[in-house]
Amino acid sequence: MDILNLLIQGTLLGGLYALFAAGLALMFGVMRFINIAHGDFIVVSAYLLLVAVLTLGLHPLVGIALVTGLMAGAGYLGQRVLLNRVLDEDILPPVLVTFGLSIILQNALMEGFSADSQRVPAGGFDTASLSLGSEIAIGLLPLSMFLAAIGVLGVLHWIFFHTHLGRLLRATADDAAIVPLMGASNAHTFALATGIASAVVAIAGTMLAMKTNFDPTIGPSRLLFAFEAVIIGGLGNIWGVLAGGIILGVAQAIGAQIDAGFQILAGHIAFLVVLALRPRGLFAKS
Amino acid sequence: MTKLLEARGLTAFYGDFQALFGIDLSVDIGETLAIIGANGAGKSTFLRTITGLRPARGQDIRFDGKQIAGLAPEHIHRMGLSMVPEGRRLFPSLSVEDNLLIGASGGRTGQWTLDEVLKLFPALTERRHHGGAELSGGQQQMVAIGRALMSNPKLLLCDEISLGLAPKVVREIYAAIPLIRERGTALVVIEQDIQQALKVADRVYCFQEGRVTLSGTPSDLSLAQIKQAYFGTEVA
Repeated sequence: MDILNLLIQGTLLGGLYALFAAGLALMFGVMRFINIAHGDFIVVSAYLLLVAVLTLGLHPLVGIALVTGLMAGAGYLGQRVLLNRVLDEDILPPVLVTFGLSIILQNALMEGFSADSQRVPAGGFDTASLSLGSEIAIGLLPLSMFLAAIGVLGVLHWIFFHTHLGRLLRATADDAAIVPLMGASNAHTFALATGIASAVVAIAGTMLAMKTNFDPTIGPSRLLFAFEAVIIGGLGNIWGVLAGGIILGVAQAIGAQIDAGFQILAGHIAFLVVLALRPRGLFAKS
Repeated sequence: MTKLLEARGLTAFYGDFQALFGIDLSVDIGETLAIIGANGAGKSTFLRTITGLRPARGQDIRFDGKQIAGLAPEHIHRMGLSMVPEGRRLFPSLSVEDNLLIGASGGRTGQWTLDEVLKLFPALTERRHHGGAELSGGQQQMVAIGRALMSNPKLLLCDEISLGLAPKVVREIYAAIPLIRERGTALVVIEQDIQQALKVADRVYCFQEGRVTLSGTPSDLSLAQIKQAYFGTEVA
């Protein structure tokens, strides 16, 4: 029963990691853009929810919707105004710019919210659970996070394979240089990709805000989890990030069972094992 | 006759290397033009400059009465100037149908629809859900042409559409050109096969080392003149 419980809790945690990873994978897939500030954008979303719920007194669901819309818009504009300028054949300038952004965001959050650990209360929802038998209880919040992850990936899948925008995003991933010959602007497509990725980031960050304590400095480690989930799952596969997230989550849950201090390390070890055995990830597109 | 495309004194540089030295070229409405010339004569550079893929700010390129030099390629495309790029450049992860549909991203509607393109190239119909990489070279070229047609262009630029294809396949592809013309689309065809170019075109331009060395209607030009203009040496 213990093992089953670990698998369930790890899988549910994996949903959150899949949400962390999806935005990163989307931006890298469409425009070879490595966003070092990805984790900090997640944390910014968490703080935005904090403001929406605690300062403005909004219902958490309304807060999530608001933060998602805000982040999507900011993502579109940020790409259009700033990040498109550094996109080129060279992969290094975006890394440097987003590294700078990461530091700016961490310090701005520190200035605005102090280094204190925060958490957004979800009105009892965060502690409620479903019991399955006597030994297994599934938290409603982790369960909804997992379902949200599946929902988000489902929507991404639908956008990619059943809409004109998705066709454009796939074409841009293939060969961005000639997409303008199809009558579509690269700058606009890139910005839409970042807008969608930022909406996913917002959902991930707001979930994080209700699930655990956060402070301005935790962004880089969320980035690391996102990277690991993407690489375990394999690039170019939307559902691969879910598998990657689940493997990472289960490894961490098992690690935590052995020793509380072993939780994070166990995830990294699982990542290294996959990297050594399947360097292109488990479900990479050939 | 009204000019659809008119380029005056067009130049192009790759760093210090000058690829085009003052090209004057015009295309009439509904006309088919062939550009011939050896490798490195500047034919593809010319098309890339016209379409906006290469910077052309400050130059003089008029399309449909408007100055297009320096505009972004997607803007030029939306005005009705479409190109079949050299090497076909299909999107490998998209199906044939998606490759065709994406050609309509600019929002120009007209006679050319997915069904019409599939009627023009029936070989694609049964392969419409296959990936572009699973097609033969000739079928890939049909997709590339169909994709460009999906934007209902006033002028279609074709860069080396017969390159690397068997003669039988080339004939199949070229059989489509009269059908494209009869809908009023003007064409510029870059072609290394001189015979093919003379057969299809109303007028021929010959490029050599970045200059126009000869132009005229196929019936006005002798083979000796063309060889002279093509290679730049007297041919015995």
